[in-house]
Amino acid sequence: MSTDRPIFRHPQATKNSAGFSRKDYEGAISTLCAGCGHDSATNAIIQACFELAILPHRVVKMSGIGCSSKTPAYFLGRSHGFNSVHGRMPSIATGANMANRDLLYVGISGDGDTASIGMGQFAHALRRNLNLTYICMNNGCYGLTKGQDSATADRGSAGKKGVPNPYSAIDLCELAIELGASYVARGFSGDKQQLVPLIKGAFSHSGLAFIDVISPCVTFNNTSTSTKSYEYVREHIDSTNTFDFIPLQQEILAHYPEGTSQDVLMHDGSVLHLHKAESSKDVTSRRRAVDSLEEEKAKGRLLTGLLYVNQDIMETHDIINSTLRPLNTLKEADLCPGNAALKKIMEGLR
Amino acid sequence: MKRIERVNDFVVRFANVNGSGSASANNLFAKAIFRLGVPVSPKNIFPSNIQGLPTWYEVRVSEQGYLARRGGFDFVVAVNGQTLLRDYRELSPGGYFLYDSTRELNEEFDRSDVIPIPIPLTDLCNTAFENPKLRQLLKNIIYVGSLAYLIHLDFAVLTDAVNQQYRKNPKLAEPNIKALEIGFAYARDHHPDTCKLRVEKTDRIGDKILMNGNSAFALGAIYAGATVVGWYPITPSTSVVEAFEKYTTMFRVEADSGRRKAAILQAEDELAALGIVIGASWNGARAFTSTSGPGISLMSEFFGLAYFAEIPAVVLDVQRTGPSTGMPTRTQQSDLLSCAYASHGDTKHVLLFPCNPRECFDFAADAFDLAERLQTPVIVMSDLDLGMNDHISPPLHWDDNRTYDRGKVLSAEDLESRQEQWGRYLDVDGDGICYRTYPGTHPTKGSYFTRGTSHNEYSGYTEESPIYQAGMERLLLKWQTARHLVPAPRIKIRDGKSRLGTIFFGSTTQAAYEAIGDLALQGLWINSLRLRAFPLNDEVADFINRHETIFVIEQNRDGQLRTLLINEGDFPPEKLLKVLSFDGLPITAACIAAKIGALLQEKPQQSKDGGTA
Repeated sequence: MSTDRPIFRHPQATKNSAGFSRKDYEGAISTLCAGCGHDSATNAIIQACFELAILPHRVVKMSGIGCSSKTPAYFLGRSHGFNSVHGRMPSIATGANMANRDLLYVGISGDGDTASIGMGQFAHALRRNLNLTYICMNNGCYGLTKGQDSATADRGSAGKKGVPNPYSAIDLCELAIELGASYVARGFSGDKQQLVPLIKGAFSHSGLAFIDVISPCVTFNNTSTSTKSYEYVREHIDSTNTFDFIPLQQEILAHYPEGTSQDVLMHDGSVLHLHKAESSKDVTSRRRAVDSLEEEKAKGRLLTGLLYVNQDIMETHDIINSTLRPLNTLKEADLCPGNAALKKIMEGLR
Repeated sequence: MKRIERVNDFVVRFANVNGSGSASANNLFAKAIFRLGVPVSPKNIFPSNIQGLPTWYEVRVSEQGYLARRGGFDFVVAVNGQTLLRDYRELSPGGYFLYDSTRELNEEFDRSDVIPIPIPLTDLCNTAFENPKLRQLLKNIIYVGSLAYLIHLDFAVLTDAVNQQYRKNPKLAEPNIKALEIGFAYARDHHPDTCKLRVEKTDRIGDKILMNGNSAFALGAIYAGATVVGWYPITPSTSVVEAFEKYTTMFRVEADSGRRKAAILQAEDELAALGIVIGASWNGARAFTSTSGPGISLMSEFFGLAYFAEIPAVVLDVQRTGPSTGMPTRTQQSDLLSCAYASHGDTKHVLLFPCNPRECFDFAADAFDLAERLQTPVIVMSDLDLGMNDHISPPLHWDDNRTYDRGKVLSAEDLESRQEQWGRYLDVDGDGICYRTYPGTHPTKGSYFTRGTSHNEYSGYTEESPIYQAGMERLLLKWQTARHLVPAPRIKIRDGKSRLGTIFFGSTTQAAYEAIGDLALQGLWINSLRLRAFPLNDEVADFINRHETIFVIEQNRDGQLRTLLINEGDFPPEKLLKVLSFDGLPITAACIAAKIGALLQEKPQQSKDGGTA
């Protein structure tokens, strides 16, 4: 059961350009376990919305089933939310997006929700390049049913029950890149500095932005034998890049030596300004992105950061050439051809 | 031997190979009869196959206006070697057997009670036409020409139809007309005075149209303002979305931008198809999907969500023969129970039962109004026969004064001026239906969290038993409201004193009326109720209560409508007798009349489950 937060606001709380304080982006109090990675991911979403001065009522948040899918109740309390059924968030988000292309859609899912029961819907939302920020809170286990391995659990990793997982893991980021995603990133719920700009970049991206957030399950999968524990992830994390997200109106202030930075111009005019560890890691190359992931994996490292971005892939509405007006605003005059037209069709049927 | 001799009352069967282009030739024939003012009912009996397997096309010609499949055939155009012998053997005594005599028949074709009409179709075709691709198609047109001569079909009607079909490309009309003439001339020269079946011009059609139910539903969805479609290809529903897409090209392209006022997405499966519909409807667009039985099974999960979270959804189920993959290209009315109660937990869904293309159109429009008014799924129950075959139907009509009923939706102004606290699941006026909002409506008011978990009146999660239970009971209250909104049944009291009644729905209608007419000729007067919706309106109980015996006629094995009536209306099972047909072919009047006759013979020692199949 979720509890509402007190409505008290500090009078001097900082406000963003839309006139909202950070609290305006919060939701009900979380009922997840204390220390759950998902709460940190939730906080990163709140921070990203606040910093971008997003109008809360213009956001739609959707989810499937599982611990991760509960989190939309814990952020953006002023937005419409839809906690659907297990693994089916992408189709609900697809329909909602088709009805009104003017809102910002945030889909929250988990590794069970995405990599198992919802794999089909995940894959097809990607290949349609639905304009959706898809955040998978990935802890390698089924938390709500008490810790069974999920399909993203690494082979050999063992959670609380101590039995090593015998199956190979699905790498959702590699899959997303191969299936035609146009923005793919991996973050760690313990690294807010990196996660917030990844989410901000996703929000300004036109098309499907997928963020795999490694988000440890403190209750069932935070053991010394798990590869999705806080400790393990911290020790094995590697980053493609650190970056600033620069919204449309802002000027790029920082300057970096040539060859180590890359600017990516987003559709809405914002810029992703990347500071790369290695100049070879071009995030606009699909092949390089998959290679980098595989190379790091071979070294036993987990690559995070923005892995791939392509602003040239059309989003679903443009692929199907649907009207720029939100379909849910069209009325009889826009939609109904009237009886005279029907009579003409009838003539052809005689 | 006595030849079958009839005017405007016979059945022609065309036996073809699937994928040989026979459908357009056979359609041409049916359309010509229709244009002569003679009621006609074509039934395509086709295989689950693209090319090579046998396919039949049965055309019933009935000046009396009987449009159901009759059963049996008086004339066969047998051009499929695989089924030649079978078509020959099944032909009615005194019937006519037109075959391609390019190859001689063997000694098995030895009936003395049928009239062979040899026509060397292949030879005629190959002599006249060079193009091998055209040859296959025109061979079919040649037999239509021969048939026209044999049954005295006005030749000009055929050539007019061809010219109309190819009006944009008259060059294509030429070889077709030549083929018709070749067939006609050959039959005239070799088979004069052979066939005693005749078509004569009458005026029994009026302003009626010849149309299939799937196209009619698609047009209804266009007129009702549907903008979002999620779908997955499945026979026999695929042509619904194909037609919808065609009509969006006609009616929904913005002149300035060339963009379309519709979003049609072919989904990855039926689960996603209904998910798309639910997401779009939740967000304030009118959305639908069309499917068949296997799709309904997959959609069950989402039906439960839409029922419990109270989200409109319009679904067309073009039923086919189950269970499992069943016979994908044959008809049945066997999804009744799986649709009425789709999904786990206590659920019930509104069903509409159209009986002809006009009702497919009307009920499509009604389904959107009902779904949005009731905030729940509405399933329109068509079937393969109604959806894919052409039917004579009253013309479709749209009342230009009609506006869409978008149901209880709060605008920004409503939210602004509202005094009391709004609750998404708060019933403020006692009809079980609550007010909803679309995302993005108001900066600070009206947002809520939709969930498939149990919720209180303000859409918050709850595990409090009384709150959960009150919510489930409110859904029952809403169900009562639905009873008064859904289309009422069509009742025909032929004899106020008769103790016999029938109940049927959908594509069973024509056969049922024909059977009732036949039984009346024998002095047996049976009243009828054509059910048009679920939940059951009050009229259904009145009708059942005023009769001693009710024959429930339907096209499935288990008597699903009868089960639904007993379950929902508490009617005594022993007075509801099953009259069933479930062979996958459209039900016939003869079958119904025979079964009712047999049940009346058995009475009063009828079996406890309501009689025989």
